[in-house]
Amino acid sequence: MNSMYTDIRIRKVKNVAMHLLMVILTLIAVTPLISIVGYIAIKGYRVINWEFLTSLPAPPTMDGGGIGPAIVGTVKLVGLASLMGIPTGILTAIYLNEYGKSGAFASSVRFVIDVLIGTPSIVVGIAAFLFVVRPMGHFSLFAGSVALAIMIAPIVARATEEILRLVPDTLREASYALGVPKWRTIVSVVIPYATKGIVTGLMLGVARIAGETAPLIMTAFGSQFWNKSIFEPTSSLPKLIYSYSTTPYQNWIDKAWGAALVLIFMVLMLNIIARVLTRGKYSRLG
Amino acid sequence: MKEKMEAVAEQKIAIDLYKNGQNRKVMEPLFRWTSLVFAGLIVLSLAAMILVMVVESWPSITTFGIRFIWDTAWNPVTLEFGALPYIYGTVVSSIIAILVATPISIGCALFLTEMAPSWIRAPIGFLIELLAAIPSILFGLWGLFVFMPFVREYIQVPLNQFFGFIPLFAGEPRGLGMLSAGLLLAIMIIPIITALARDVISAVPSLQKEGALALGATKWEVMRKVILPYSRVGILGAVMLGLGRALGETMAVIMIIGNRPEINLSLLEPGQSMAGVIATQFNESIHSLHVSALIEIGLLLFLVTFLLNVIARFLIWKVSGGKNGVRVVQ
Repeated sequence: MNSMYTDIRIRKVKNVAMHLLMVILTLIAVTPLISIVGYIAIKGYRVINWEFLTSLPAPPTMDGGGIGPAIVGTVKLVGLASLMGIPTGILTAIYLNEYGKSGAFASSVRFVIDVLIGTPSIVVGIAAFLFVVRPMGHFSLFAGSVALAIMIAPIVARATEEILRLVPDTLREASYALGVPKWRTIVSVVIPYATKGIVTGLMLGVARIAGETAPLIMTAFGSQFWNKSIFEPTSSLPKLIYSYSTTPYQNWIDKAWGAALVLIFMVLMLNIIARVLTRGKYSRLG
Repeated sequence: MKEKMEAVAEQKIAIDLYKNGQNRKVMEPLFRWTSLVFAGLIVLSLAAMILVMVVESWPSITTFGIRFIWDTAWNPVTLEFGALPYIYGTVVSSIIAILVATPISIGCALFLTEMAPSWIRAPIGFLIELLAAIPSILFGLWGLFVFMPFVREYIQVPLNQFFGFIPLFAGEPRGLGMLSAGLLLAIMIIPIITALARDVISAVPSLQKEGALALGATKWEVMRKVILPYSRVGILGAVMLGLGRALGETMAVIMIIGNRPEINLSLLEPGQSMAGVIATQFNESIHSLHVSALIEIGLLLFLVTFLLNVIARFLIWKVSGGKNGVRVVQ
């Protein structure tokens, strides 16, 4: 009996110790992440002012200047990529959930989507370089947005399909019973019902590509000036952070932190809005 | 009069039905085929990606053959290319990342699912999911200016002082290097693995847990003997998705690994990764064979992450009972 008693005590001590360990592991996981956000907020805040957000970059040792072209470049890149990638993603999801279902072609499309989501962004960059930059003979905003479009389309397709699957079949059947054709049912019943969820997926996808750097190095390249045409190279926030932070000039490094704050603000805002939007109704994606 | 109105109404309905039928004949196939074409476009983009990369790396594949994988020479002047130093850099930094990130992520996932009261669970879960969305370039920036000095002072120097006799920790602690890159990668993939592992763990049926508790098990014993064995396969899948992310990561690694194509046993020494050499040399390469060799490295990277993702998704899919349960966290 006595041995049994000590046994239970050991087990209880072990239980408490392991609980403690898990709290510590969670702290280890969360601390660096808080540190990242904290450092970017503090160091970035010091540099940010109206001039910084709106003007052209200044040479390394000069004061003033800003990251205006990079902000505009990122917005243009992401906008053009969304224009190409989002309709592709949504229509693919419609095909998968409303027409293809569990057929052989639909299954292989799902597989391809999984593969594309897992493909390293640098590989997508190489592909976009070979697709666009090499035939055209020069770097361009367009090439960068092709790379980003290849990345966002599968993300949107997957997220949208998950949401469409949650639309109850009774809604579709009610619509058919009224004599509404299938395409009309999709456009006026299924999509409106799922709008909130789809928008969430879009925002998460946009947030994901906004910070991509690697594929832009060999496509959009970078520039000192305002971008005038989509067929010219452009500056972008992630690329500017990379270039500025790896120089020895202190004022450029400071500006890299400022650009990082602008970028993280954009990405986190998109994420927070997306997740708040879906609270409750589509908890699986929330 | 009344009959006439009814006749007109009937005619109208007939016309509507007719139009509707015509509409259906045109719009239905149009919509169906448009959506099919866009789905095909996604398949086509992957096929074109693979095709164009195989074609472009063909000169390198035929020149160097299988030797490419274990040759250490990388010389754009004499046009000798071997990828081993880069493969080594990618594999070693990713292994460090997985070894560090896996226990932390599992602990964190267990904390979130089994221990934390719901008022802690929600905000920390929210935080972890947000952090999975931070762009890698920002990890790189933070890694270069905040994390690297920290690693040098508090991890590398003590390791070198006390375990310097082991070749793994020999050499001069200079901050930049394989160990720092691996640890930074670990920080990046912890949110990814945690979020997935949490989903897998919360799928463990509560009957199983309650059964063990009723038999007198402590909470830790329930986790150790019921939850972990039950969700082992799914957690393995989550870890492999994290590994896939670590292998393909470019920016954060470039900024902290030191970018020297060397093979050193010591983890304190610099190295270079596969994605890193592509990003740093692609625009500067002049000779077509150099470009071709870089694209072959890209192709290798694609193949490895492809296999990992296929296996990982299969494992998670199996655990979630055949439901399409993998979420877009990457």
